[in-house]
Amino acid sequence: MQKTSSNKKIVLRLVFGVVLMFGFGFALVPLYDVFCRITGLNGKVDLTPGSYMKNSEAARGLKIQFISVNNESMPWRFKPVESSLKVKLGQTYRTAYIAENLTQNDMVAQAVPSVSPSEAAAHLQKVDCFCFNRQPLKAGERKEMGLSFNILPTMPAYIKTVTLSYTLFDITATSEKSIASNSE
Amino acid sequence: MTTGTEQMIDKALVTPQTEHHHGPAKGFSRWLYTTNHKDIGSMYLWFSLAMFMTGGCMALLVRLELFQPGLQFLQPDFFNQMTTMHGLIMVFGAVMPAFVGLANWMLPLMIGAPDMALPRLNNWSFWILPFAFSMMLMTLFMDGGGPNFGWTFYAPLSTTYAPPSVTYFIFAVHMMGISSIMGAINVIVTILNMRPKGMTMMKLPLFVWTWLITAFLLILVMPVLAGVVTMMLMDIHFETSFFNAAGGGDPVLFQHVFWFFGHPEVYIMILPAFGIISEIIPTFARKRLFGYSSMVYATSSIAFLSFIVWAHHMFTVGMPLMGELFFMYATMLIAVPTGVKVFNWVATMFRGSMTFETPMLFAIAFVVLFSIGGFSGLMLAIAPADFQYHDTYFVVAHFHYVLVPGSVFSIMAGVYYWLPKWTGNYYNEKMGQLHFWLSFIGINVTFFPMHFVGLAGMPRRIPDYALQFADFNQISSLGALLFGCAQLLFIYNIVACIRNKNQATDKVWEGSNGLEWTVPSPAPYHTFTKPPKID
Amino acid sequence: MTMKSTFREKGGLDLLKVGIFSIPFLFVTSASADWQLNMREGVTEISRSVYSLHMTIFWICVAIAIVVFGVMLWSVIHHRKSRGAKAQNFHENVYVEIAWTVIPILILVAMAIPATSTLKKMYDSTESDLDIQVTGYQWKWRYQYLEEGVDFFSSLATPAEQISGEAEKTENYLLEVDNPLVIPVGKKIRFLITANDVIHSWWVPDFAVKKDAIPGFINESWAIAETTGIYRGQCAELCGKDHGFMPIVVEVKTQEDYAAWIQDQKQQQIEKAKSAEKRWTLAELMVTGKEVYSKSCAACHQESGEGLPGAFPALKGSAIVQGDPSGHINIVLDGKPGTAMQAFRDQLSATELAAVITYERNAWGDSVGDIISPSEIAKLKQ
Repeated sequence: MQKTSSNKKIVLRLVFGVVLMFGFGFALVPLYDVFCRITGLNGKVDLTPGSYMKNSEAARGLKIQFISVNNESMPWRFKPVESSLKVKLGQTYRTAYIAENLTQNDMVAQAVPSVSPSEAAAHLQKVDCFCFNRQPLKAGERKEMGLSFNILPTMPAYIKTVTLSYTLFDITATSEKSIASNSE
Repeated sequence: MTTGTEQMIDKALVTPQTEHHHGPAKGFSRWLYTTNHKDIGSMYLWFSLAMFMTGGCMALLVRLELFQPGLQFLQPDFFNQMTTMHGLIMVFGAVMPAFVGLANWMLPLMIGAPDMALPRLNNWSFWILPFAFSMMLMTLFMDGGGPNFGWTFYAPLSTTYAPPSVTYFIFAVHMMGISSIMGAINVIVTILNMRPKGMTMMKLPLFVWTWLITAFLLILVMPVLAGVVTMMLMDIHFETSFFNAAGGGDPVLFQHVFWFFGHPEVYIMILPAFGIISEIIPTFARKRLFGYSSMVYATSSIAFLSFIVWAHHMFTVGMPLMGELFFMYATMLIAVPTGVKVFNWVATMFRGSMTFETPMLFAIAFVVLFSIGGFSGLMLAIAPADFQYHDTYFVVAHFHYVLVPGSVFSIMAGVYYWLPKWTGNYYNEKMGQLHFWLSFIGINVTFFPMHFVGLAGMPRRIPDYALQFADFNQISSLGALLFGCAQLLFIYNIVACIRNKNQATDKVWEGSNGLEWTVPSPAPYHTFTKPPKID
Repeated sequence: MTMKSTFREKGGLDLLKVGIFSIPFLFVTSASADWQLNMREGVTEISRSVYSLHMTIFWICVAIAIVVFGVMLWSVIHHRKSRGAKAQNFHENVYVEIAWTVIPILILVAMAIPATSTLKKMYDSTESDLDIQVTGYQWKWRYQYLEEGVDFFSSLATPAEQISGEAEKTENYLLEVDNPLVIPVGKKIRFLITANDVIHSWWVPDFAVKKDAIPGFINESWAIAETTGIYRGQCAELCGKDHGFMPIVVEVKTQEDYAAWIQDQKQQQIEKAKSAEKRWTLAELMVTGKEVYSKSCAACHQESGEGLPGAFPALKGSAIVQGDPSGHINIVLDGKPGTAMQAFRDQLSATELAAVITYERNAWGDSVGDIISPSEIAKLKQ
């Protein structure tokens, strides 16, 4: 019977461990972000800025490229206004994408940004972006969606071209519900 | 902790009095209500054998389709269901339950305990399994078919694009997970608490040690698997966006979480195998195991390293240079403790006095073939080269070399090794050796050519292939047929061993050493009711 | 071509391996024997250094194997009981144990050095000469030349009869596409890789380029092909039913040929637009429609139009197909959200769309009888 009580102690600890690890699985979702930021794993921070001090004085330039992707059955026309820009470090630039809802239904879209090479992501700062909000378009409507961003002087010297891509997702089905629940 | 849980634990902890002084009950209820570690161990082993044959039949269907280029027998979608189910069943239904079965049977006998610490929990953890796998297999007959997204079930193929049966798949995984966790808790409590006086940690047989470490791995990673499938479930049914980029999620996150579970899982399937081999080689070399304590440390460091190498499964997802380098170096490091183990086994055989009964044959084949799998693993660890190997048949060859002649051979070796103790009779040695040689040839003929087609550029998980891969695939398919048929001998030999009258001695093997060989053969229903004396 | 030469260079050892392996199986050796055993060296600097890395590590492993298995084999032969071997009593030796921990670490360091430098070269992102966006679709690839404005889909060209075995399989079975990716020789090409639906992986072995194509995310990789020729690869990440049927073909051309090809592509786009203005008859549309259907629709809805129960709906007898044309046109152009039905608006030309819709409405014994005219679709596509 002595054994039984000490068994119980170990079991409780192990069960606690199991619950903790189940929680840890979910905690991995935000942790993943934090972890990436600390280690530069996902290119969110580059730990070796290397030669940046020298180069920043010369106001080094680089090419930034804009591309668009339509996910799945997203039927909108979605294109960048300019396919690329020559930019200088430490300045703010403004450009836009054009979206056109070609269907006969009102729809809502969400644009998801992605930067390549991933090391560049931390040094491309968005001031204002259409990807911050959902983008509703009426049937047949066309809209120029603005985007302004900073190229931070910390951008590593070896990066010569940065590609900024937006993937457009159709979220009409899910947004209808949430609009109904919190109408403004 | 809630009082409900406490009550459950209390219930599980009390050894049922009714069975304490009697032999086994009769009929089906014996098996349904049993809390005896030997009964439960046997059930686990039979269950795993059944799953091994089921998963094997699926593999044979896959090889049948791949026998020739073109689509002859299986449509692509069903082919994908077969590869997926084969993987899931072999991993969760065959290998893991087999090790749990061996643990149930042997741990109490090896440490000198009367039973597992939590007998009722033990009963539950087994009886969940048949339900989990019935549910999993049922999905094959549902609308849209069963899981067809590979055993790694990468999102969004397994969420947005999955067949409707995916919900049942998720519940089945949950049930298997709960079963494994309960099994692991039981193993840990047994080893920590049920040792008689004098059985110190550094006297534990290696099978016990490796299982202890495995059980901790299970406790740490099975809940993460449960977490990841729960997130899938929520993405599918409750419109969350863990893995959906449109809602701010990330499909790559799925892979990170999955492999955080998945890589330790790989070691869960091999560490107990190391333990079994470390028991068998000294017995048949008639010489003490070389480097006992380094074996324990090597196992622990492998377990630790398994938590920091997961992203080597994802070299092609587009990690930055720093990440690739970190995971490459960490992965290469695993070769060191693994190498130590292999060297120790070889040193045990060196200057021994060896005989080559069936368990020893399997064990020697394990050392050689597992090492070959280790070498290809080392090659896969080299990130730049992995860009060429990743998701090709080279990977298929690699993990089958560590899992089939690795885990599966060790299980077979263990079964032959302990069978006389379980049944009280010797198995047919000639037939055992024939089974070994046919399996050995079958394995190599099946999996060795896969290295070649993989390097030549054949991706994995495809139902049809370009003509240049035809010859090696044909060879692989024939090898698979040979290996599959050889297993019928295994089953026959086991059944014959139970029925024959070739009485085994208590010691069974000339060189055997350890508490399990001090009890009579067959091992009586209750053993070590009085703690043994340990010097 | 490349494969044959690799084979010859590899020489004796591989032939020996082939020999050993084929002895028991001579009777199954079919006519198309290729017996390629090793990785391809490929046609880029990177692919060659990957190849040499692969070979270095392979030989190191072979050396280790010979030593370890050698000792074991020696013990198995000499230290067996039947030869009267008596077991010795040693079971520990600190020095030996330290040695076989340290030596492997040194070997690993020796491996890690060339691996690190190759990896660094792969991640070199200096300016490229040509940027191509590669998008994975279930089950085809889309190539967009960002500066030139050329944009097309590339899907499997092997006829269904070859796959089902009704026709003889030809040389490039399953490794041929309708529109290959064309790139100039000696230029740095940057591939921007993403996906439209599930995760795919873009792999060309001869370039040593393999990168996952992930929906919502962009990945990059690059190659400088050193020789002209045709290089073939396949999708390397399970992406659903037809994962095995979405090959990649890259044609490396000389500078001039490449420039001419770009010109030609632009010309074709103009012609495609023109063809929509022509008046098409039902019979003509049905012929083109069947071709388009086999290529773009049959993978899911099947040649018979009966679909796959539970996964892909039947078109034969479907209410949408037999109903009002506008509903039918909408679903083909814009797809159906939340299902595998893609939007074909940008994937197919107006003529192809009109033809395939007409075909679906009049095939398999359903005959609604109407003609969807290309010019009508062209208007909707604007």
